[in-house]
Amino acid sequence: MKTTQFMLLVLLFSFTSCGNADKSKSDVAETKTTVTEKPKSMIADPRENKGIGPITSVSLGATIDEEMAAHGKEIYDAKCTACHKPDTKFIGPAPTGIFERRSPEWIMNMILNPEEMVQKDPDAKKLLMEFNGSPMANQNLTEEEARAVLEYFRTL
Amino acid sequence: MKTLNKIIFTILAIPLLLSGCQTGNSGQSGALSSDVASKVYVKPGEHDEFYAMVSGGFSGQLSVYGLPSGRLFKVIPVFSVDAEKAYGFNEETKPMLNTSHGFIPWDDSHHPELSQTNGETDGRWCFINGNNTPRIARIDLGTFETAEIIELPFSGGNHSSPFTTENTEYVVAGTRFSVPYPQKDMAIEEYKGNFKGALSFISVGEEGDMDIAFQILMPGFDYDLAHSGKGKSHGWTFFTTYNTEESNSLLEVGASQNDKDFIAAINWKKAEEYIAQGKFRTVATEYAHNKYDDATHSATSTIKKSVKVLDPADCPGLVYFLPTPKSPHGVDVDPTGEYIVGNGKLSANLTVHSFDKVQQAIANKSFDGEAYGIPILKMDEIVVGVVEQAGLGPLHTEFDGRGNAYTTFFISSEVVKWKLGSWEVVDRQPTFYSVGHLMIPGGDSKKPNGKYLLAMNKITKDRYLPTGPEVTQSAQLFDISGDKMKLLLDFPTVGEPHYAQGIEAEKIKPRSVRIFKLEDNQHPFAAKSDKETKVVRDGNTVHIYMTMIRSHFTPDNIEGIKVGDKVYWHITNLEQDYDVPHGFSVMGAQNSELLVMPGQTETLLWEPLLEGVIPFYCTDFCSALHQEMQGYVRVSGKNANVPLKWSLGDHM
Repeated sequence: MKTTQFMLLVLLFSFTSCGNADKSKSDVAETKTTVTEKPKSMIADPRENKGIGPITSVSLGATIDEEMAAHGKEIYDAKCTACHKPDTKFIGPAPTGIFERRSPEWIMNMILNPEEMVQKDPDAKKLLMEFNGSPMANQNLTEEEARAVLEYFRTL
Repeated sequence: MKTLNKIIFTILAIPLLLSGCQTGNSGQSGALSSDVASKVYVKPGEHDEFYAMVSGGFSGQLSVYGLPSGRLFKVIPVFSVDAEKAYGFNEETKPMLNTSHGFIPWDDSHHPELSQTNGETDGRWCFINGNNTPRIARIDLGTFETAEIIELPFSGGNHSSPFTTENTEYVVAGTRFSVPYPQKDMAIEEYKGNFKGALSFISVGEEGDMDIAFQILMPGFDYDLAHSGKGKSHGWTFFTTYNTEESNSLLEVGASQNDKDFIAAINWKKAEEYIAQGKFRTVATEYAHNKYDDATHSATSTIKKSVKVLDPADCPGLVYFLPTPKSPHGVDVDPTGEYIVGNGKLSANLTVHSFDKVQQAIANKSFDGEAYGIPILKMDEIVVGVVEQAGLGPLHTEFDGRGNAYTTFFISSEVVKWKLGSWEVVDRQPTFYSVGHLMIPGGDSKKPNGKYLLAMNKITKDRYLPTGPEVTQSAQLFDISGDKMKLLLDFPTVGEPHYAQGIEAEKIKPRSVRIFKLEDNQHPFAAKSDKETKVVRDGNTVHIYMTMIRSHFTPDNIEGIKVGDKVYWHITNLEQDYDVPHGFSVMGAQNSELLVMPGQTETLLWEPLLEGVIPFYCTDFCSALHQEMQGYVRVSGKNANVPLKWSLGDHM
């Protein structure tokens, strides 16, 4: 125990001494990180979180593209219903009302990049805990297919 | 501090000095002489440079290793059932093991052979022979699964198989044991003259479909091994023979009388002409042709009814005999196609024939009589070189593409390196022990990759920790990039390794299948989404259409099954992600588990004998909730009135 404490002290000193060498700069950096990081972990409205993955922006049409939505429903029925019922919580959450909770980009990233999302995205991590560690399966959808599923979600 | 530095310097200098001393030393590699370990070390997470397809011998399978690490990746079930993968146990793969003798659950697999294009390995397929109930299998190197098996009629001990031609026009399959032709009830002692040896030429289609194009009906010798010509000798295939004495008992004496036996040189392009001219007989027989379909995830077995046969006596120019001392085992053709090496098992010397000289002798009709109507070429006119007294019991030769040949010697337990053209021995290294085949990646093709040599040993005795009377068989990896061969690694093998083939990983990796697409699944009993799950009774047969995904079965509660039912569990894995198979097992199953790949459907037949509530579960740890992936099936009495019912949670 004593040794550990001593080691920690030494470590601390060495870090501090490094920091001292460039005090003003590190202060600036610190403020910056707080500015960018704080809102991310404490997002009041998760709809501002776009998630992590290939999708950085999605534009939704003023009206629902019915043809795309129908295609999306087919894909959803085939690849997703084993875990997601449209309107009730099942193995995973229901997509009904999802736009009140998530951004379109986040939804598509969760479909296309679930492994990284549940490891790094704070909202996806929370969901994984909420659903007892049941993983979101990567069903290997293309971006076009994921976009169609998103359009289907607009009809729910 | 200074003293410490000095000590460190001294320690560092020792190996340098030692290795300096060793450079003039021949062969004996001390631990400090070179960093052998780093040559076979593949860092965690990195990939091997080569795949090695190693025969499983009497396991009947094909094992896949990485080189240079010697790590085992997969054992592909081919001719033997495999409960782990449900091969031969699930309904889908049972037809793969069908033959004219019915369902055969085992065989002895000897010689893997990779498909070739322009004489180079192309990474499409690997073929392998089943010896005992003669068959050839084709393994798809996209899925690493057995895709096709064809049985060989009129064959007995399918050993000189399957060796490919330069564009995989054919794989050949020769019978080791001659048999009555056609098979019939007759006295064994009437062997001589009445037994025949069939050499099969199996055509291979663009998609891999195998078909016996024709058989050549040869005298009743034993046909031991084969290789096809390449380059200038493309169009010819060479088979070694022994027992030209046509002995039918105590062959170790009876088949070792003649000083010379033959290499049979078959002009298969000529055979194609004779077939086109209609010079064949169509002989009635029965043999199974089994194919696995990746769309239906199921195999079918078809019994074929006839085969085209050519008789050399009616087909001049089809076959010539090349006299070769003595009971030659392997016959190996060098990368240029000019040298045909006869590994005379019972001879002290290796005999090398020249393809050009063979052609000349044929043109000049330099014959030394004939055997059963087949001309015997004058040996003096076709032999181009002899490797004198190289060792004892030569079996097999491969090539490095730099003008060197490497031959295994079984009795003297060594690999001997010699030069093509000068026939001089340039190096020899001991093997531990009793080496059979050897393999250099591409070493029997036009383009060997002469970096490594794999020697496969029949006996290991003291090389590994003892495991009772049965000890592992092994392979030994040599570095052959320099003048002298260097032993790098021993590793155990599955079953007895006979031949192996090696190929650059880059030729296979990009083609490796990761998942089966659900939308392409055409299995007649697939449930491609939970909506399609159901349980259907038809008399005492029950079909369960079930799905699996992390981490549940749908349905997971089933009632209404009765003792005496034949229950077919058709289970579709809905996952579409790489490396997420699910397993399925149910108590009392008298066959095996299922191991279902993403997007695949497999079927287990279950015949419950006892009433009760029987659990079933996933056997392949699939997620954090894997232990929750379980269900119950209620089995009622034969005359019970429990209605058929199925559910998952409250959602069905």
